[in-house]
Amino acid sequence: MSGEPVFEITMTVNGVRRGARAPARRLLSDFLRHDLGLTGTHVGCEHGVCGCCTVLMDGDPVRSCLTLAITAAGHEITTVEGLAPGDGEPSPVQRAFQECHGLQCGFCTPGFLCTVTALLRDNPRPTDEEVLEGISGNLCRCTGYQNIVASVHRAAELIAESGDGS
Amino acid sequence: MKPPPFDYRAPRTLEEALEDLAEGGKVLAGGQSLIPLLNMRLAAPERLIDINGVASLDALEVTAAGVRAGALARHAAVERSAEAAAVQPLLRQALRHVAHPVIRNRGTVVGSLAHADPAAELPAVLALLDGHVEAASASGRRTVAAADFFTGPLESALRPEELATAAFFPALPPRTGTAFAELARRHGDYALVGAAALVTLDDDLRVRAARAAYLGVADTPVVLDLTGPAVQGQEGRPPGAVDWSAAAAHAVARVNPGGDIHAGADYRRHLVGVLTGRALAEAARNAPPGGT
Ligand SMILES: Cc1cc2nc3c(=O)[nH]c(=O)nc-3n(C[C@H](O)[C@H](O)[C@H](O)COP(=O)(O)OP(=O)(O)OC[C@H]3O[C@@H](n4cnc5c(N)ncnc54)[C@H](O)[C@@H]3O)c2cc1C
Ligand code: FES
Ligand code: FES
Repeated sequence: MSGEPVFEITMTVNGVRRGARAPARRLLSDFLRHDLGLTGTHVGCEHGVCGCCTVLMDGDPVRSCLTLAITAAGHEITTVEGLAPGDGEPSPVQRAFQECHGLQCGFCTPGFLCTVTALLRDNPRPTDEEVLEGISGNLCRCTGYQNIVASVHRAAELIAESGDGS
Repeated sequence: MKPPPFDYRAPRTLEEALEDLAEGGKVLAGGQSLIPLLNMRLAAPERLIDINGVASLDALEVTAAGVRAGALARHAAVERSAEAAAVQPLLRQALRHVAHPVIRNRGTVVGSLAHADPAAELPAVLALLDGHVEAASASGRRTVAAADFFTGPLESALRPEELATAAFFPALPPRTGTAFAELARRHGDYALVGAAALVTLDDDLRVRAARAAYLGVADTPVVLDLTGPAVQGQEGRPPGAVDWSAAAAHAVARVNPGGDIHAGADYRRHLVGVLTGRALAEAARNAPPGGT
């Protein structure tokens, strides 16, 4: 990459301030995976269709393959690595996906987990229809979606039981 | 699939953005259309002007006159706004068909207009409502009416050095209802054909005017006045009992869609009829009988 300018790009990732030097054309997905070593965020189509690269930016799910890392500089990013509270226990959404077999190969799972975490924060008791609309931008080639929908409802239950709404 | 190199600018104010644009380059707003093009190397702009740091551009202003969306007003923010939906319900009705919720968190209303995809929903909405786009460059500002804004597939009247700073969607006239109907292969995909409709009632609550705008049938949005066929022979019928088939046939006779790998021309024409009937009927049902 001779002569291409690089920028010092810093952002808060999973609560920790992280930085790396990268050119402006670095996608957020590649920044997370290659520059910061956070390979939990998966990359499938790189044009916004599959949803497996979805991360939270300032709390809202976004496609990391359709965001430049430099545009995300200064923002708060949450990846699948940051969903669990940090005490070794999975988050309620992660637990529900495990209990209900909401994953098989797991390739799509990080995107679903981020999308669903935000969905349930905004709408703690979604209807079937709202769940389908909410996950309509995430593709899964394994599960046939039934167990993913069940996982979302189960996660809603777990969150309500734990009563902390997170 | 990685973007090609480009010179990068991140202006903090509108003035800085316009100075950068004067030197040449492409605007990066939500990136939900531009970054796929970069990733696939279908576009290789020499310079990107990232406007995401220009805080003043994210304003969403709602007044009795209409809804004004600044260049950084995201689809999701406009869709969520109850004030915007009260003044101009067609915006929310159409936005629900724009891509998926996650894409709508980043994509902007103005970016969608500037991108001018013939299958996009918002250009048809702006055209139906006779809205306008506000454009600015280092040498001045101007307003471009919807009818003049869309000039071809992925082509707008914006000059290379111009930034679209906002789009204005006029409020609904009194006793008017709107609706949006489309058919896509998969929910959230670009539609094969879509129709936005607007129906106005008179003092006696009979249909006085009916108009529709279509996407996916031409290079730019097509607006049709369907008042004649919607009113003729229906005298005395309440809006809920109007037979919209003449209006639908009228629309079918006036569009000339092309065919592509997604749908043939005949099928698209057929959809124009079906969606016209659906959208007009729903718009009439949505027309408030009261003063507003
Ligand atoms: C999977 C997927 C599905 C989609 N489905 C749909 C759909 O069904 N319907 C639909 O309408 N859209 C769809 N989109 C596109 C989406 O709505 C985009 O957000 C929108 O078209 C462009 O807005 P943006 O802010 O992301 O613009 P960008 O991608 O940042 O820019 C798009 C173009 O507009 C120009 N531009 C942007 N803002 C300005 C400005 N203020 N002034 C001058 N030029 C400007 C840019 O230079 C660029 O050429 C989809 C996208 C994806 C990834
Ligand atoms: S990799 Fe980002 S949506 Fe597919
Ligand atoms: S679990 Fe394999 S793609 Fe979803």
